[in-house]
Amino acid sequence: MSSVLILGAGPAGLAAARAARRRGASVTLVDSSEQLGGQFWRHLPAERPAARERILHHGWDTFRALQAQLVADDGCRILTSASVFAIDATASPSTTGTGPGRVHVIVGPSDGTGRERIELLPDAIVLATGAHDRTLPFPGWDLPGVFTGGAAQALAKGERLAVGAHVVVAGAGPFLLPVAASLAATGSRVLGVFESSRLSSLVRGWLPRPWQLLPAAKKGAELAGYIGGQLKSRIPYTTGASVIAAHGTDRVESVTVASLDKNWTPVAGTERTLAVDAVCVSHGFTPRLELAIAAGCQITDERFVAVDDAQATSVPGVYAAGEITGIGGVDLALAEGALAGHAAAGGNPFDLPGEVRKRRIYEGFARRIEAAHGIRPGWPDMVTDDTIVCRCEEVSFGALCSTAESTASTSLRSLKLTTRAGLGICQGRVCGRSLEQLIARRLPGNTLGDTVSTDRRPIAVPLRLGELAAAARPTDPSPTTPTPLADPPKGPTS
Amino acid sequence: MTARLLPFSDDPIRPSSPASVSIQFDGAPIEGVSGQSIAGVILASGPLGFRRTSVSGKSRGVFCGIGVCFDCLVEVNGDRDVRACQRRAVDGDVVVTQHDALPGSIA
Amino acid sequence: MSNDVIIVGAGIVGAACARAFALAGFSVLVLERGTTAGGTSSACEGNLLVSDKGPGHELVLAQFASRLWSSTAADLRAELGDTFPSIEFERKGGLVVATTADGAESLLAFAADQRGARVDARVVDAAEMLELEPDLNPAVAAGVFYPDDAQVQPTIATEALMASARRNGARLLENTEVTGGLFDDAGALIGVSTNRGPQRASRVLIAAGPWSGDVARRIGLSLPVRPRRGELLVTSRMRHRIFHKVYDADYVGAVGSDDRALQTSSVVESTAGGTVLIGSSRQQVEFDSSLRVDVLTEVAAKALRLFPFLATAAVMRSYGGFRPFMPDHLPAIGEDPRMPGLWHASGHEGAGIGLSLATAELLRDLFLGRTPEVDPSPYSPARATLAPHLELVA
Repeated sequence: MSSVLILGAGPAGLAAARAARRRGASVTLVDSSEQLGGQFWRHLPAERPAARERILHHGWDTFRALQAQLVADDGCRILTSASVFAIDATASPSTTGTGPGRVHVIVGPSDGTGRERIELLPDAIVLATGAHDRTLPFPGWDLPGVFTGGAAQALAKGERLAVGAHVVVAGAGPFLLPVAASLAATGSRVLGVFESSRLSSLVRGWLPRPWQLLPAAKKGAELAGYIGGQLKSRIPYTTGASVIAAHGTDRVESVTVASLDKNWTPVAGTERTLAVDAVCVSHGFTPRLELAIAAGCQITDERFVAVDDAQATSVPGVYAAGEITGIGGVDLALAEGALAGHAAAGGNPFDLPGEVRKRRIYEGFARRIEAAHGIRPGWPDMVTDDTIVCRCEEVSFGALCSTAESTASTSLRSLKLTTRAGLGICQGRVCGRSLEQLIARRLPGNTLGDTVSTDRRPIAVPLRLGELAAAARPTDPSPTTPTPLADPPKGPTS
Repeated sequence: MTARLLPFSDDPIRPSSPASVSIQFDGAPIEGVSGQSIAGVILASGPLGFRRTSVSGKSRGVFCGIGVCFDCLVEVNGDRDVRACQRRAVDGDVVVTQHDALPGSIA
Repeated sequence: MSNDVIIVGAGIVGAACARAFALAGFSVLVLERGTTAGGTSSACEGNLLVSDKGPGHELVLAQFASRLWSSTAADLRAELGDTFPSIEFERKGGLVVATTADGAESLLAFAADQRGARVDARVVDAAEMLELEPDLNPAVAAGVFYPDDAQVQPTIATEALMASARRNGARLLENTEVTGGLFDDAGALIGVSTNRGPQRASRVLIAAGPWSGDVARRIGLSLPVRPRRGELLVTSRMRHRIFHKVYDADYVGAVGSDDRALQTSSVVESTAGGTVLIGSSRQQVEFDSSLRVDVLTEVAAKALRLFPFLATAAVMRSYGGFRPFMPDHLPAIGEDPRMPGLWHASGHEGAGIGLSLATAELLRDLFLGRTPEVDPSPYSPARATLAPHLELVA
């Protein structure tokens, strides 16, 4: 019997856990949050039960079934509030002699002190670390009141908190719509949704009923039913336009919206100002790759984890599923997760033809999203010299350019170290890819002189020096010998 | 008008009546709903910005809301660098805004 | 087009040499496999230390370099202007403390020897230590303060030296890898071949840090420089509470050690960005840059012996680099006795940032046929202590 460690308890991780358990593996499921479900199924805490919480979610029944099954299962150990801060691929292999390395975890309240350090030595790892919003820099994006779409979603679904009373949603991608819907369902007035991309024929096919995209997949959701009326009647949806500046002194008071050409360069003369008390901006997603990189996994040219048909990465014993292998939404994540968990427990993808089929269908969907909404090269035209590009270290675009001119450096690594851009506490999570593009754009051939990636973070999450100094408690690779999880009469994912 | 909690009585998801949680924020008591993050409790109490940056002294608050950007750092019960959006508010938490000046000028 | 000098490597040693040679009127071409400051020079602490060196040839070079840095920092600022980022040169001083009674005895003896070699090494008592560093663990057994210990931000310093070199006529080709030597019919070295074609020069200087052995091998010779890995931790920004470079006295032992196994010793200091840098380890693992958590744990634990308050500091990053390690603990600076025209500026171990300027001046004087300010013979690749290693590896 093998031990499978699953990192991330969103849709992909939960599906992986169940599949690995069905095949008889002993599973440990780790997530930094206090609850299961990931960002996608971020929900109210147990002490706030709600009769109709399902209307806020797509696939809520799937989630509840997965959660119930895994929580009740002795063969699945669940570690919440547990952050993986490092994977030591050089460490001695597991008891069976073939493990992918030593996984270092800190367990306790987020950013606490004196939390417990544990080490896990699994036979196989499934990486299901998900993605976070990518927000491109624009003037004023560092003002309080400018949020990512993910922030609005998390606060709405996890706390029933609306980030503002008069809100604009902008950026790119189908995610903007559920953000707008959540805001509306939480009491905000959404003044407009501004989608940067102009209409490809695909998107044109979706219109004039963009709410049908809710929630990013074709199946009807309760939320769409509830909120569709509001979206239809009251929330203007504009394509080929976006927020290009936010204004205010200590907080956002208004935004400038402008039309964008097909490369996302703002079109002069189309600007208009809207008074808001919050704005939510997301331009797609950035996969969380630090643990995959720490494990030694090969990364594709498109900057996702490279996987084969069995969701196996380039490192033996390490599998990956969900948004880190490509941004594809919940249904793709569930299919990939099931295949990854199954393979990590020794199975073959041919055993699960239904999941293979679903994966193929939703991969196509993912490709269409990227084609329709992918970031276009004209976006830096929003950025002025005063625009902060690195929020942590408060490095402006002007300062970045001035230093790049002084040193004539073509190296991302050098420019990070000479400007401090990307060296702050977020470790380039927010600005890294934008920095790469802003720097490369100034260079001949739009190419950096070095091949450094801003995705590498050997310390995957900050921990206290005292916690790092403390000895880790070696932890059994697996919970007590479990019997395989039985297949339920009907697969709840179908 | 700014960020606010949807009153449970108006909420279409029909939540049960929530318990409250009470924390100190820069010396003043503020109230939230049990299970909320510290960021959520602060936001709903009024301020959008609750950290001052080191270089320009500008105000920052919640940006990503999911623990990625580290903009919402606060000091909680004496521990610095706590992401307010990731830490659940516990009755009696003493939360203080954070500002770290840069070291003196370098020759 | 032929050059007077080809420099292989655009780290700080190559950059300092390029600048010194260009200022002396030589035509200089720098060949860099990657980009400027892409190796050890951007993966280190930027130390300009005298405190960790006992009386001997390395100390002599460090003392010379220490004088050079004051004037060079000012020259670079004047030349490059205010828009160029500051190299953050600061003579902040080093405080070396012993955490055990045995350690105290050897630290005080070491400092006494250093004073004999004109090092400003001031024994400080407990009260003075706490005045220098109010948050230092009051239980430390002894301390010595070295006012001359200084630092630069090493990436910016390298870029500044290279920018100055270019302004003075040096040329730089990045992403250009040396693949072999070029020789005339008589077998004399006349340049190098690269992945972008041949380059000729009357002299070829290898300044490729820990990769110098590989470059030398491609040209046809051995050089016993080996990588020694070092790992550092960086905290998040905090209130300024550490004011000097503070080391555990066992750092001195680790620097001079030949041991291949892991050694760690505490080096703690604040940076201009408000973070705290915590080092460091020494381990011979070839060019393997994998993270080793057990190493970081040991580094963290030792730092807490110096500054207990750091227990609640958040560690946000670790990074590591490869020091160019030499078997006799001295850099190789000078012409290779086995191949006229081939020169070395390698093997500075953990002191390359500091020693770069001295290395450059010394080589420039040798090129010009002048007598250097410091006797070059102890660093010569022809020195007796290196000979057995050259033969061993050849």
